[in-house]
Amino acid sequence: MAKLVLKHLLAIRWFHWINFPILFLMIWSGLLIYWAYPAYHLGPIPLFPQSWFEALGMRFRLAEGMALHFVLMWIFIINGILYVAYTLFSGEWRYLVPTSLSAFRDAWLVVLHDLHLRKEPPPQEKYNAAQQIAYSGIIVMGIGSLITGLAIYKPAQLSWLAALCGGYEAARLIHFILTMGYLGFFLVHIGQVILAGWNNFRSMVIGWELIRGGDSK
Amino acid sequence: MNKLHPEIVLPEADLTRDLHKKSRRGFLLGGLAAVAAVGGYETMRHARQDNMVPWPQRRVLDLNGKLWHSYLDDAHLTESYPESAIGYLKPNGDHGLDEENDDGTPPDWDGLQLQTPGASPVTLQLSDIQALPTQKIVTKFCCIEGWSVVQKWTGARFSDFTKKFLPPGAHLTDYVYIATDGEDYFVGLDTKSVMHPQTLLAWEQNDKPLVYEHGAPLRLIIPVKYGIKNLKRIGLIRFTNQRPRDFWHEQGYDWFAGL
Repeated sequence: MAKLVLKHLLAIRWFHWINFPILFLMIWSGLLIYWAYPAYHLGPIPLFPQSWFEALGMRFRLAEGMALHFVLMWIFIINGILYVAYTLFSGEWRYLVPTSLSAFRDAWLVVLHDLHLRKEPPPQEKYNAAQQIAYSGIIVMGIGSLITGLAIYKPAQLSWLAALCGGYEAARLIHFILTMGYLGFFLVHIGQVILAGWNNFRSMVIGWELIRGGDSK
Repeated sequence: MNKLHPEIVLPEADLTRDLHKKSRRGFLLGGLAAVAAVGGYETMRHARQDNMVPWPQRRVLDLNGKLWHSYLDDAHLTESYPESAIGYLKPNGDHGLDEENDDGTPPDWDGLQLQTPGASPVTLQLSDIQALPTQKIVTKFCCIEGWSVVQKWTGARFSDFTKKFLPPGAHLTDYVYIATDGEDYFVGLDTKSVMHPQTLLAWEQNDKPLVYEHGAPLRLIIPVKYGIKNLKRIGLIRFTNQRPRDFWHEQGYDWFAGL
């Protein structure tokens, strides 16, 4: 028996699709800022070499980057707070937050399954353990970006916050690493969405997912 | 599932029709929202420029500045460091610093002029400033580019300077405008930041007299602001109630530029 299930609530779809372009622009404007002092290297290899900035026309745009970053931050922050508040009050958080430490073992099973190293799919409710960790972790990362961002935005007025992050330089480094984390999340997320197929993607736009077979969940 | 996640169970043909209807509606609305978002963003980016920033963004930046200005407090001090943390500060920017003389010596400095509304200007010499109580701070110098370095500065508190030299009858205004001689480089500052206890008129850097490229003989050290506001080789200090011009603000940077 086939049925339609409202998988993604309207508000959550809005939060998701607002966050996507805003986070993109936060990363873009962040890189315009980073260009002015591209300090980080992996050994001798610079992360974001000058040739990349040059190819993308991203050089000498520090002022523009700051003017975007410190405007769009408001939308990023408010949208994030509303999302978290909504999941808490609606009860949706119950699907999203891993409830026990076994989530880490289950998430590993998901990874093995997705890599075709393990046949049986791990147990799951609306989201599997790997999704729960990813979707909760991304919120923790967002909070981390906000805290480290504030610490490098106002290191004098919020010197206690900068100290909490391990100092101004440490806060800047963590802020950068979290950004790299978003890029990693994005790549895996897009890959998984493609693998999951159209029915799944459509449900993130229209809310409803088509379920076939005797699944009564 | 539950109240939040209702289900629709219908015969196959009706279900398909319903799904298609929901799809059309969802993707149409989603598409419209996307077009509106891109349109709104492009409109904002191409709005009339206010000091090289589209005015809607400039409004938000100024609001951010107001917000942080209201939070600013004399009790919020920037961190102090041990002298062992002192690093090398590269000279970064020579706007307003004239060519050196042929023999390599800096051009003459004609003292600094203090202008206050309703009073005649006063010209002060380095010895006048050095007669004020001496302060030493070891703080981080933060460039707007993103780098920072710990430096030691010796100077007089700006608040002691105003106490001593503000002409009789003159009182503090909302803003302070500070410029090099000839005003090739100039910064606009809020008085609260200028009167902050860590704001100095400095003549020594790391226990040595300021060198020319770092703003000899007297520069502003204002640790609650980015380096761009720490003006070198002060020639003019003007108290004013109009928000003053600022060199980098006119190049598209934030006017407040507070840390």
